[in-house]
Amino acid sequence: MKVLVAVKRVIDYNVKVRVKPDNTGVDLANVKMAMNPFCEIAVEEAVRLKEKGVASEIVVVSIGPKTAQEQIRTALALGADRGIHIETDEEVQSLEAAKLLKSVVEKEEPKLVILGKQSIDSDNNQTGQMLAALTGMGQGTFASEVVVEGDKVNVTREVDGGLMTVGLNLPAVVTTDLRLNEPRYASLPNIMKAKKKPLESISPADLGVDIAPRLSTLKVEAPAARQAGIKVADVAELVAKLKNEAKVI
Amino acid sequence: MSILVIAEHDNSSLKQATQSVVTAAKAIGGDVDVLVAGEGCGAVAEAAAKIEGVSKVLVADNAAYGHFLAENLSELVAEAGKGYSHILAAAGTTGKDFLPRVAALLDVAQISDIIRVESEDTFVRPIYAGNAIATVKSSDSIKVITVRPTAFDAAAAEGGSAAVEALDIVKDAGLSTFVGEEKAVSDRPDLASAGIVISGGRGMQNGDNFKMLEQVADVLGAAVGASRAAVDAGFVPNDMQVGQTGKIVAPQLYIAVGISGAIQHLAGMSDSKVIVAINKDEEAPIFQVADYGLVADLFEAVPQLEEELKKVI
Repeated sequence: MKVLVAVKRVIDYNVKVRVKPDNTGVDLANVKMAMNPFCEIAVEEAVRLKEKGVASEIVVVSIGPKTAQEQIRTALALGADRGIHIETDEEVQSLEAAKLLKSVVEKEEPKLVILGKQSIDSDNNQTGQMLAALTGMGQGTFASEVVVEGDKVNVTREVDGGLMTVGLNLPAVVTTDLRLNEPRYASLPNIMKAKKKPLESISPADLGVDIAPRLSTLKVEAPAARQAGIKVADVAELVAKLKNEAKVI
Repeated sequence: MSILVIAEHDNSSLKQATQSVVTAAKAIGGDVDVLVAGEGCGAVAEAAAKIEGVSKVLVADNAAYGHFLAENLSELVAEAGKGYSHILAAAGTTGKDFLPRVAALLDVAQISDIIRVESEDTFVRPIYAGNAIATVKSSDSIKVITVRPTAFDAAAAEGGSAAVEALDIVKDAGLSTFVGEEKAVSDRPDLASAGIVISGGRGMQNGDNFKMLEQVADVLGAAVGASRAAVDAGFVPNDMQVGQTGKIVAPQLYIAVGISGAIQHLAGMSDSKVIVAINKDEEAPIFQVADYGLVADLFEAVPQLEEELKKVI
């Protein structure tokens, strides 16, 4: 079966985020970018499904500027077979991303679509669910285990206070949580091979999707900075402060 | 304006997060109705009717909603919510699962995880795991919103006397089934909603040493977390991770043990009310955000902490 994986280019999770002085957004100039960590897990899961013989082809798709092709190449180096780049320099919000992905789903007809549960930039946690709604598919969000059996998939989900398993008819959408797997690193030979894998570039207009945003960002500010507190001499003083001063125990 | 709040519950009791969402709804203004969707959830509807400030409670009691499957719930909410100006749910795993689906069915954007209401169409939400705070304005006719419960005080559980109405809408999308569930076996509270969290980092040296933290947690009634470094080193499983790629927590008290304070960890816990850091490296960045810092060897300090806490709790 064919598996479609959507990946997003975001600020590297190790980089300190700085708000622009004019409060219009976060400064991304000369900042290290990388594949969103949850998307790496999505790619890894697809590759494992292929290694198990469950998946036959892995198509990776990304929406964003020209540079997003770097993340598609990374996914190809990790084991995806083919890339689709929906190229735009405009801001694409979750609903519009879901609409773009829907048109790719209609064309590619994958049995399974795997996405990260959220991107670590906008932190929306929406696109997978919206894609599932728009395509009329079932969804297994925040997955910690994915088991494909015939024309069904069982997805174990990380929910508040435990785990919950749902059974979904295929095709279905899965969004990944941290425990699903530990992504591998791409080997140098695979990085070289990935350069030769097919990568198609299309525009939102080619897909006939209006990507005008519904939400406007009025301002972006740095969070209120925490002040460093005091050093205590020993454990006894610490407990006394927590009880009598902070009153949290 | 009229606002529909989707109750979070387990069919037998209403979760307190719902009361926090009602507070957010009241901040927007207008009538606040609560939708209780579930199976055998009559007691939940009665509890919701007593929340102060609620005008009406709608109850959709059907097997299709018993396990809160997003495919069914979203069709119900999209239909029941059409006449409202706002649809709100708590940003727990249930709300995060079904509400974006509702937004897509209504062809509107969702505003996730709001921490403040500026006006009826403008909301404040953290992005980049709280490293930046965005103020966003919606141009959609229906605003679909998840609310971070820890950012709003809970509305009073008593004092209201809303009418309860049965809602005769049955939606079974036929796309998904409930297979099973596994509740966390721990007697400790859930990490994401615990009032006190004690976390260990690379300084714990191995997984066995986390038992020391568990013992302290049991004295405090706390949850146990970990930094990504501790998870990557294989000390503890990934679901304990606090940080940008893990769980975002905002407890009353956060105790960081042997955690240096990498950016990605701070992003997950810096909204905690009081932060304690125990680390032998006095230059560790965690001390820059800690209210109380103790420069000490954790292998001496943590057992002492357990003993001292037992004396006062």
